[in-house]
Amino acid sequence: MKAFAELYAALDETTKTNEKVDALTRYFSRVPPADAAWAAAFLIGRRPKRLLASRKLAQWAIEESGIPDWLFGECYHAVGDFAETIALLLPPAQSSSDLPLHYWIEERLLPLRDADDEARRASLVSAWRDMDERQRFAWNKIITGEFRVGVSQSLVVRAVAAVGGLDAAIVSHRLMGDWQPTAAFWTQLVTPGTHEATRDADVSRPYPFFLAYPLEGSIEELGDIREWQVEWKWDGIRAQLIRRNGRTFVWSRGEELMTDRFPELEALGAQLPEGVAVDGEVLPWKNGAPLAFAQLQRRIGRKVLGPRILSEVPVVMVAYDLLELRGKDIRERPLEFRRAWLEEMLEDIAPSDSALMVSPIVRADTWEDLTARLQEARARKVEGFMLKRLGSPYRVGRRRGDWWKWKIQPYSVDAVLIYAQPGHGRRASLFTDYTFGVWDGGKLVPFAKAYSGLTDEEIRQVDAFVRANTVEKFGPVRAVKSELVFELAFEGIQRSPRHRSGIAVRFPRMARWRTDKKAEDADTLETIRALLPPGGAGSTD
Amino acid sequence: MDRAVITHAHHAFPGSRAYLAARPGEALLRARVGADASIQPLDYAESVHLNGVRVSLHPAGHILGSAQVRIESGGEVWVVSGDYKLEPDPTCAAFEPVACDTFVTESTFGLPIYRWPPEAAVFAEIRAWWAANREAGKASVLFAYSLGKAQRVLAGLGACLDPADGPIYTHGAVEKFCRLYREAGVALAPTVHAAAAPPNTDWSGALILAPPSANGTQWMRRFGPHSTGFVSGWMRIRGARRRRSLDRGFVLSDHADWPGLMSAIRTSGASRVWVTHGYRAPVVEWLKQQGLDAQAIETRFESEQDETGAEPGESAEADL
Repeated sequence: MKAFAELYAALDETTKTNEKVDALTRYFSRVPPADAAWAAAFLIGRRPKRLLASRKLAQWAIEESGIPDWLFGECYHAVGDFAETIALLLPPAQSSSDLPLHYWIEERLLPLRDADDEARRASLVSAWRDMDERQRFAWNKIITGEFRVGVSQSLVVRAVAAVGGLDAAIVSHRLMGDWQPTAAFWTQLVTPGTHEATRDADVSRPYPFFLAYPLEGSIEELGDIREWQVEWKWDGIRAQLIRRNGRTFVWSRGEELMTDRFPELEALGAQLPEGVAVDGEVLPWKNGAPLAFAQLQRRIGRKVLGPRILSEVPVVMVAYDLLELRGKDIRERPLEFRRAWLEEMLEDIAPSDSALMVSPIVRADTWEDLTARLQEARARKVEGFMLKRLGSPYRVGRRRGDWWKWKIQPYSVDAVLIYAQPGHGRRASLFTDYTFGVWDGGKLVPFAKAYSGLTDEEIRQVDAFVRANTVEKFGPVRAVKSELVFELAFEGIQRSPRHRSGIAVRFPRMARWRTDKKAEDADTLETIRALLPPGGAGSTD
Repeated sequence: MDRAVITHAHHAFPGSRAYLAARPGEALLRARVGADASIQPLDYAESVHLNGVRVSLHPAGHILGSAQVRIESGGEVWVVSGDYKLEPDPTCAAFEPVACDTFVTESTFGLPIYRWPPEAAVFAEIRAWWAANREAGKASVLFAYSLGKAQRVLAGLGACLDPADGPIYTHGAVEKFCRLYREAGVALAPTVHAAAAPPNTDWSGALILAPPSANGTQWMRRFGPHSTGFVSGWMRIRGARRRRSLDRGFVLSDHADWPGLMSAIRTSGASRVWVTHGYRAPVVEWLKQQGLDAQAIETRFESEQDETGAEPGESAEADL
């Protein structure tokens, strides 16, 4: 636990990625393999199912530190991090633990699964008493699973690759899919030269996704349009459909195995040839066109997929790419070959009304023609274009150069700041999370929440405004004087009976602080309603 | 203001007609309010009569010359704490508990999450960080409030410096107050004004003390590769350090932590407590639950909470 607490502190103390990778590499090289496996699993966001409710943890911490509930609440608002609040409030540490990370997880945390509350409390309190303040903090992070230490999967991959002397792409692939954090797994992970196809005991393993950057500069800079494949940019769930050993798997980009959420795709998998991996987008789809994304969310939210929801919100997969064919990894082959094989394969198995279709190519002879076609995007319910360089391999992660996304301009409205509450992590005890209102019959109705888009300096100014202009407090939430106007940008808009304004927007963020506008200049609900798609389209019911 | 009674030189109220201040803080006050201001210096515990009340000043342990104000009238005693801390500090007289009926206390760090580590451990951390940077060929830029904190750091480091340590440079805002501290007889580690260093100075391995407002300014460019640290009670919370994009936070404050506040309130023997500056609401609520008559007081000279972490009077002073 000492080494892990030190690693956590080292990662937390720098924003430089090279220093983070160095800290990870040093840690992985000096701890037992089982510790390394657990640390890697936690840092890339794979953690055991949460065993302890926050409410209980807070209660035990409160008892141990001898303060009242309300004071714990005040402290939490100031710190903005639950694990840290507890570590700061516990009585001063009397000792420090020399036991390794895997002991604490395997022998102390996981057995709590079958324990009753009293046993859980006793075990946890005794753990806290065995640890110093840093260790308590790292331990609380493990228990609550909210790491927020600025380590992305790609940094972990770089460190593991450095430890094993391996190529990062190989490590990336080995870290996909279903695996357990054990000493044996770690040893395999960092051993060079093992043949991937035979070593890969896990038949379900997906490939790392290749992601696009937003287009920078002007479109002409991409050169000859004939060297590019253009597709519509669909708004769904990016996924891989995999068929191996007679079984079908659907993985989301978040590396969640979602096969049972999409029976349509599972049924379709049976028609696929053995040993294929298709990259595509899962979309809610009816009558030859996509439904609103919220419909898909509604379906995913259901515990049981009854016949009603299946017929209301059927899904399809729009296939972008073919990553594996006849059991062979073909990601290094040029895009036009992969695309041809994909089309050929789907022709054989998928009739035109099938749940699997090839992402259509957008034809244009010049960039000018293509730009003109961007106008069609909203009517087609897509977000814009995907531009892919012919001849490019299927890469790992987000890379510049071969794939670009070109999105249509977002919607935008001017709205008034009406509520603010403190953020978390590095924004703790700064007012950074805002609710905005628009005018409706002389009153401001809450319309959207937004957290991003301001510079640090602007955040400081808004924070100072909130403190000086609070008109009412509801717990951590402040109602403020209606004065500041912001231009909000968002991607989609639809009717929603669950929102007080009757409208829900997708990806709202602050595009600009309109210091030139007064509250009364902000938009009205009526003008925003005019942005809604005509008819009932996009409605959630 | 006709007459300002000064608890410490961070709050100096420039432009007042007359000042009453503790003698050790006279020079600092003069530096802030002007050479020709009318300042009446008072020894600690010496009393004067003003408008029929007896007023005396007592050490608050915050910075050089900081004072609690004791006011006695008709047999009733009030003490206004100003900013204070209970930990020992080689740069100023230690906090002295003063018995009173009503105690007016600050509450900058009035939450139980604020608990200061021993000063010696913090200085050991600073030295280890400095040594690691030296090893890596980097300069160490340490931010500290230019009046009070910077001198406390220099006094603390001075006591444990060894020949292997590199030179210590200062920002002009810091150097100005160091001079006044030294003139007052406070022993500080030797420093060199950074602006006076020759253009080809090798900064790697040096420690540079600067006010937090210097962070991210042009002034920082000259140091080349460097690591940044901040010495402040706010550094007890990770978020406070991370949003300033600092490499290291060192928890050292000239204000009382939660145990310190509670101890000062208890030893004052006051039955009534007024709470200003900081986390007033939770401190008042807590004191009420302990059976004290407590209330929050708004003063003219504060923002709701010192979120910037800057001391009043701290501004982006240029290093001339």
